[in-house]
Amino acid sequence: MRKISRDTIVKTVKELYKNATVFLPEDVSEALLKAQKSEKGISKEIIGQIIENQKIAREDLIPLCQDTGIAVIFVEWGVEAVYVDGDIMDAFNEGVRLAVKDAYLRASIVDDPIFERKNTKDNTPCIVHFRPVNGDRVKIIIAPKGAGSENMSALRMLKPAQGLQGVKEFVIETVKNAGGNPCPPIIVGVGVGGNFEISAFLSKKALLRRIGEANKNPLYAQLEKELLDEINSLKIGPMGIGGKTTALAVHIEYAPCHIASLPVAVNIQCHSARHMEAEI
Amino acid sequence: MRKDKLIKIETPLTESIIEQINAGDLILINGYVYTARDAAHKKLLELINSNLPLPFDLRGQVIYYVGPTPPPPGRPIGSAGPTTSSRMDIYTPTLLSLGLKGMIGKGQRSEEVKKAIRKFKALYFLATGGAGALLSRHILEAEEIAFPELGTESIKRLLLKDFPAIVAIDSKGKDIFKH
Repeated sequence: MRKISRDTIVKTVKELYKNATVFLPEDVSEALLKAQKSEKGISKEIIGQIIENQKIAREDLIPLCQDTGIAVIFVEWGVEAVYVDGDIMDAFNEGVRLAVKDAYLRASIVDDPIFERKNTKDNTPCIVHFRPVNGDRVKIIIAPKGAGSENMSALRMLKPAQGLQGVKEFVIETVKNAGGNPCPPIIVGVGVGGNFEISAFLSKKALLRRIGEANKNPLYAQLEKELLDEINSLKIGPMGIGGKTTALAVHIEYAPCHIASLPVAVNIQCHSARHMEAEI
Repeated sequence: MRKDKLIKIETPLTESIIEQINAGDLILINGYVYTARDAAHKKLLELINSNLPLPFDLRGQVIYYVGPTPPPPGRPIGSAGPTTSSRMDIYTPTLLSLGLKGMIGKGQRSEEVKKAIRKFKALYFLATGGAGALLSRHILEAEEIAFPELGTESIKRLLLKDFPAIVAIDSKGKDIFKH
């Protein structure tokens, strides 16, 4: 059995969170550069500012966006590794807490959603999705998620008879309703199948995929392409002011589901598509 | 930003300046503006409804919908881009009726807000969402003036220098959004 200490988790989470808020993944930067070339007028200016913003964040070491998100953490935990220091969630939260303090990130979490809405002041608790895997390695992926785009996301339980057409219509409707609010150009994560919560989980996981990588199933890859074309023909454009680039990518993840169900979740991601991973 | 088409404006805004500005204009905002988002708006409206004085005089002023990250040492403010304006829509007509002349945010506004912008001759500016690091360089000073208990959502007075924005809704009610 390989032992994993609290200190290792705390340090890894802290460094990942700090860096993820400042350095954008390369595939996202490349997609934005490509989008800039296809725009003109004010839409081009806006993408120019978004690109310039990445440079300034790196130079000044300050967050790309003031919404440094709720810290969403995906963990692939090798079942031959064992955590030896008590409450593991405490270690993840401590990593988040230290990153917020060290890198001057925003405290955006309230303790109770309806009544008090009191800020917890350190951006905890974080959200952790554990998945057991074989072996003794532990992979941690952090994806800070801002509320501007999260608020524009949606889930619907379709009837199986609505099929492909129903799925397409729901995705388009969700993007259309979002308009300029989620900071387009966006990335659209779609989760289909599973059940109510699995579709939502898959739609978020879909956002982690590298831009330019299609679904391995050619039918889903084709659907991703069709949806991307249709979304960009809406001409919502950068920040909703019109233009060719509304979305940089559509990523679909799917899972088997009940004979009576067709769950579809659409998770919208702003252009600040921050995520970073490490293996321990 | 294209230098040839930029219009520099100073806050507080006067009606004569507002009337000359059109939807789609690229603007550089200079002078003081006030930050407020959901929680601060709710508190402002509570004060108004109780006939109590506001922490700042709204007349001619501009509100920036922003909840910045904390300032790192040696800087006035952290990352400071706009938040989604539509969450403030229910509060905005009242503030406009009391003399507020401008708002900086991102995304569309409701029909009620558009009508109030036209009626009270104001402007709605769009700043680039997610460009918080870039916009931070255009903020020279930040001073917390009210509701410190709200943390990032407190009201701060910011001094802007050539802060880049686009006029999204003008005083004639014209807007630049794709419908």
